[in-house]
Amino acid sequence: MNLTLHVWRQADRRSGGAFATYEARDISEHMSFLEMLDVVNEGLEARGEAPIAFDHDCREGICGACSLQINGVPHGPDKGTTTCQLHMRSFRDGDTLVIEPFRAKPFPVLRDLVVDRGAFDRIIEAGGYISVRTGQAQDANSTPVNKQDADEAFSYAACIGCGACVAACKNASASLFTAAKISHLGLLPQGQPERHQRVLSMVAQMDLEGFGSCTNQYECEAACPKEISVSAIARMNRDFVVASLRGR
Amino acid sequence: MSSSPVLNAREPSGPIEKRWEDYKFHTKLVNPANKRKYDILVVGSGLAGAAAAATLGELGYNVRCFCYQDSPRRAHSIAAQGGINAAKNYQNDGDSIHRLFYDTVKGGDFRARESNVHRLAEISVNIIDQAVAQGVPFGREYGGLLDNRSFGGTQVSRTFYARGQTGQQLLIGAYQALEKMVHAGNVKMHPRTEMLDLVVIDGVARGIVTRDLVSGKIETHLGHAVVLATGGYSNVFFLSTNAMGCNTTAIWRAYKRGAFFANPCYTQIHPTCIPVKGDYQSKLTLMSESLRNIGRVWSPARTGDKRAALQIPEAERDYFLERKYPSFGNLVPRDVASRNAKHAFDDGRGAEGMEAVYLDFRDAIARDGKPAIEAKYGNLFQMYEKITAEDPYSVPMKIYPAPHYTMGGLWVDYSLMSTIPGLFVAGEANFSDHGANRLGASALMQGLADGYFVLPQTIGGYLASGGLNKVSTDHPQAQQTQRDVEAQLEKLLGKRGGETIDSFHRRLGRIMWNQCGMARNREGLLGAIEDIRALRERYWATVSVTGSQGSLNQVLERAGRVADFLELGELMCRDALTREESCGGHFREEHQTAGGEAQRDDERFCHVAAWQYQGDEATPNRHIEPLSFESVKLVQRSYE
Ligand SMILES: Cc1cc2nc3c(=O)[nH]c(=O)nc-3n(C[C@H](O)[C@H](O)[C@H](O)COP(=O)(O)OP(=O)(O)OC[C@H]3O[C@@H](n4cnc5c(N)ncnc54)[C@H](O)[C@@H]3O)c2cc1C
Ligand code: SF4
Ligand code: FES
Repeated sequence: MNLTLHVWRQADRRSGGAFATYEARDISEHMSFLEMLDVVNEGLEARGEAPIAFDHDCREGICGACSLQINGVPHGPDKGTTTCQLHMRSFRDGDTLVIEPFRAKPFPVLRDLVVDRGAFDRIIEAGGYISVRTGQAQDANSTPVNKQDADEAFSYAACIGCGACVAACKNASASLFTAAKISHLGLLPQGQPERHQRVLSMVAQMDLEGFGSCTNQYECEAACPKEISVSAIARMNRDFVVASLRGR
Repeated sequence: MSSSPVLNAREPSGPIEKRWEDYKFHTKLVNPANKRKYDILVVGSGLAGAAAAATLGELGYNVRCFCYQDSPRRAHSIAAQGGINAAKNYQNDGDSIHRLFYDTVKGGDFRARESNVHRLAEISVNIIDQAVAQGVPFGREYGGLLDNRSFGGTQVSRTFYARGQTGQQLLIGAYQALEKMVHAGNVKMHPRTEMLDLVVIDGVARGIVTRDLVSGKIETHLGHAVVLATGGYSNVFFLSTNAMGCNTTAIWRAYKRGAFFANPCYTQIHPTCIPVKGDYQSKLTLMSESLRNIGRVWSPARTGDKRAALQIPEAERDYFLERKYPSFGNLVPRDVASRNAKHAFDDGRGAEGMEAVYLDFRDAIARDGKPAIEAKYGNLFQMYEKITAEDPYSVPMKIYPAPHYTMGGLWVDYSLMSTIPGLFVAGEANFSDHGANRLGASALMQGLADGYFVLPQTIGGYLASGGLNKVSTDHPQAQQTQRDVEAQLEKLLGKRGGETIDSFHRRLGRIMWNQCGMARNREGLLGAIEDIRALRERYWATVSVTGSQGSLNQVLERAGRVADFLELGELMCRDALTREESCGGHFREEHQTAGGEAQRDDERFCHVAAWQYQGDEATPNRHIEPLSFESVKLVQRSYE
């Protein structure tokens, strides 16, 4: 199939950007979306032009590196699918695609489709962990964990830190990402001692980074490739209230 | 070819169960107040690197950690699916540290160092404790205790898992511990930063030269010890299950600075990957080995049978692993499973005539029900469907072997130090524990053992022995190394030959896959060496590298990595050529048993081969470290 691409090109963080148009020819429906971009890029490279920069690594939906807003939708049209797992059979011959970086103020564009998501690391840094000295842990089976809680914790731990939730939100809120971590750790017995401090520190960092607040639009859940449930946000809010009341 | 005096593994002596204890007891300690005076550079933030950086930071050292991704959480370890081994014996099925040790030595076809493997088995139990305490949500039984599954090459259930995302969950655990140390100020993280060279001063590793992948800035970082935890080099095959950015650059450039490269030809071709579809393909996707717990591998019994799977009646299917290896069945080690899949295809019995065989879940679904299968393996089935648009619940998966893991890597002694003092190597980047074939679920174990438990001890011992002067970036050796890096980048950026980098990478991959893949022979390897040399020459003559140094330039990143692969490929072939035996994943067609199994030659090759760089076009020197087996008996490996 043949497609027309309008791709955001931007030299660096400080420069302005603009759309450029490319034709993608002889694309197989079995290709992944990024393989389609590889083909376009190889053509550019062979002509001595700079290929389109985009983040990617695992290409199997787990590292969270790939981003891209495709026709306005983070990770494109397929539900529960990262850009790298999206295949060209989801499109039709003759389609025109608009390809942009994730758009959010706390994610500045570094070049073309590559953005800086360092703010996410800093939110984790603020408290998204359980403190345990290496080698000091007790036997793993000494604290049984109810299977239901363990499974629920897992469903939040599945977040890949891609940032689609932020890009999908009109307020650029990072609530789903932050709440997923708070819920993962908060559901486990091991996560209890730091539970209150954790939610206060992480929420404070989220605000500091310039993410907007959550106004319950749930666009994040719809865009999330790992289908993280917005019930995480309710958990985070409850924990936040309790922790604030305790004054710590 | 003689045993080289430099290859002293410095293993402790005495009973094998006591060696690690003894080593720790006799190791000098760094006074807590002095630790912050030591700078340690950790390159890599996968399981090995993140665990090492977090733990060294926690001990009070001043750590700088580097990775090429935008966040340490995205290291390739994130993609590991199936699980992590540990000798916990929670299933009460007869497991023990000794059994894990034995299985690993045997699985590696008796080409690993016993002392290291025993230490790994001992530490395995602490890893699970550590991970659970960090909040890693491993699979559990209804009673709330941890669940296990089985992996290849073993007859016990010792594999801990978090659905099909075990690597992700373990890495997130290590990443969170790392971020905590970043917050504490003990670790400084440098994401989107690529190591391009090693700084060796007076024969000792004292730093690295890096390129900031956003600004292009070249910088020299100096310290008291350098750790390389930069992963494996399967991408030399172009198509592999590894992430796109996985590379050999860090260890290759360290090799060129004097670190010996051990067993480069030991590569693992994983039996269950989604087959190649077309020329455009950029990578291959693994279907976890854990699926062999429930899936049955088969091919059409009759040569030339190209019917679709569901049209082939039961009697005309050949469950070749169950037939040939009744006691391990579908759970034979990877090298054995891969070779047998290749035989089926070579025999004209590929699935629908393609380079593929089947992995069939019909019986498991009938036995356990679809929901039970979905709960444990759902994400893998979904991944398969997304890629192939076929539903594996109703049609058997098509699978074929693909490059997956590299057992070879920089040579290290018992303390994980390379032949360059002060340069430590951990995780997949070193050669240490898996011999000629790695068992499933053992890489995560090794990466975390190295990072959390081994390096923090051994680096302390190294630093406490003292003797390191202060060095500065003005040192002529540091300056020269930085200039060398700048010169190479400049040389690459001058190229306007018109051929793309990927086109070279693909050609190299094809040579490697055909001649240095699942089966190798003398003639093929000799030809491959010539072909790679010619390709390399052509690369420097006709490749195009667009863009500039001072900006985010992914072309330049790839150009350097492929240049290194073009050199490494030759060394792999040379190593495969000189190892005139078959062992594990290294299968020399000239050396096989009557039954077509790998035939070792213990008399001549019961050793590690470690290569010493002699110059770009010169033949490297081959050194050996003899292997002795005291605790397990050297036997012909059998899974029948
Ligand atoms: C698809 C897949 C599934 C797997 N499943 C399993 C499994 O179920 N069980 C199991 O035990 N093993 C599994 N493995 C193997 C296992 O995942 C890896 O061997 C292991 O994770 C490697 O960890 P590592 O820390 O050594 O390196 P990696 O995780 O590869 O990390 C390398 C790090 O080095 C950095 N780096 C690399 N080069 C440079 C450079 N030049 N400069 C700066 N930084 C650099 C990277 O940024 C990264 O942070 C699997 C592998 C694959 C491919
Ligand atoms: S919550 Fe979902 S969308 Fe947001 S970062 Fe995590 S995986 Fe991505
Ligand atoms: S490239 Fe890793 S999730 Fe898409």
